[in-house]
Amino acid sequence: MNAEALYRDLLKHLKGGLFQNASHQTTPVYLAGLAIGGAWLAERLALDLGLTQYGVINVSFHRDDYAEKGIRAIETASTMPTKLPFDVNHAHIVLLDDVLLTGRTVRAALNELFDFGRPAKVSLMVLADRGERELPVSANFASQTVILPESQILVLERNQDNQFSFVIEERNK
Amino acid sequence: MINKKNSSTTDQFNKEGKLTHLLTLEGMPKEQILYILNTAKQFVSVAAPNREVKKVPLLRGKSVFNLFFENSTRTRTTFEIAANRLSADVINLDIPTSSTSKGESLIDTIDNLVAMQADIFVVRHNISRAPIEIANHVPDYVHVINAGDGSHQHPTQGLLDIYTMRHFKKDLSKLSVAIIGDILHSRVAKSNIHALTTMGCNDIRAIGPESLLPSDLARDLSSLGVKIFHKVEDGIKGADVVMTLRIQKERMEQGQVPEGAAFFKQFGLNQERLAMAKSDAIVMHPGPMNRGVEIDSTIADGNQSVILNQVTFGIAIRMAVMSIVAGN
Repeated sequence: MNAEALYRDLLKHLKGGLFQNASHQTTPVYLAGLAIGGAWLAERLALDLGLTQYGVINVSFHRDDYAEKGIRAIETASTMPTKLPFDVNHAHIVLLDDVLLTGRTVRAALNELFDFGRPAKVSLMVLADRGERELPVSANFASQTVILPESQILVLERNQDNQFSFVIEERNK
Repeated sequence: MINKKNSSTTDQFNKEGKLTHLLTLEGMPKEQILYILNTAKQFVSVAAPNREVKKVPLLRGKSVFNLFFENSTRTRTTFEIAANRLSADVINLDIPTSSTSKGESLIDTIDNLVAMQADIFVVRHNISRAPIEIANHVPDYVHVINAGDGSHQHPTQGLLDIYTMRHFKKDLSKLSVAIIGDILHSRVAKSNIHALTTMGCNDIRAIGPESLLPSDLARDLSSLGVKIFHKVEDGIKGADVVMTLRIQKERMEQGQVPEGAAFFKQFGLNQERLAMAKSDAIVMHPGPMNRGVEIDSTIADGNQSVILNQVTFGIAIRMAVMSIVAGN
């Protein structure tokens, strides 16, 4: 899987679509990446699309596995807290994530987003859609559909030059 | 008192080594303290100005019982706000109590509240170690947080104090911290000293009259590396953090210390004395504050004061502690 190629597909989709005539938008469109991989996407897309701002959504407070895993379920929040530097109300929010699998993260992201206001519209765009949904969630755009065994996780990595790559890891236990 | 476990131990960790109660900062490992501070940092964002819903669902369906056997406004309120922001149900119980016949009635009270499906007890008691006895008595799925016990410990205050110091001064190991006033009766001072020592702070000064720093206490503090001073001018020099404490009249005999203006003259934090600390020193006070006794009013409201920041950070610390213990 070539993450760079998938990123270029996503960028092309946004350039030709939502951001084609950005100055004519009646509803403001904002990017919001899900920490951590999705936030990297949002950061780079904002740069490539010439946007002045992008948001980060950390889903930790709304995860559904606190009862099972305790506070350790929310550990990533300290490194990348939710930051939405625009008014969510009446805006079109494009949620970005590296991988879509069960849909649980997206459910939590929607809850987190709505704690900040009531958007006019929310879309979801991802690099890789693995299928295997556990909730009724679908992406408006996925650069690629990927089939992997459940025992494996797909992890987006970013190098010093801001280049993306996908790594396949074995799930613990 | 009937105990299911040995009440002399203060075991706040469960069999897996995870924090299940918060009873004392004495002996708490550095990693655990850091973990609580870092978790609290996440919870500060719950009160971000643009977050319309300042509430997260982590403790939804859990019941937090605030058991206050001794008066408190700030601590009780911030525990209540913290529990509310975590979506827990909060039940406040103020239980006035006499110093005798507590044992049996205390445990009876606890048993009744456990039968009402309490998940977390936040306990303030005028008797030292009462929260430990409660923790030793309750079933494994119930968690106890010490909100101040006698003159023993006030761990969440200690944690919010070092959170505040770290927020403003970053590296705790390089700080000089001067604590002035009623050290003898201060559970806050004790919790702070234990936490600061663990975090590698090696310049802690305790400043107060001999009646509030008696020789046995001075000896215990010295063994922890704390320097003892009986004149503010001697101890405050070059300090990064100046913490003033309230004189706890309710815990002392008449005439034990000079009162009011007389105390202020000898030990109060005034501009001249504060000027001897570092120019960017922060001024802290755990509250409630007696202006003109331990601290000058202009300093309490001045630009070096972080007293109200302490209160705000206290909410995040209490959210962190509640969600850590309830999840373990």
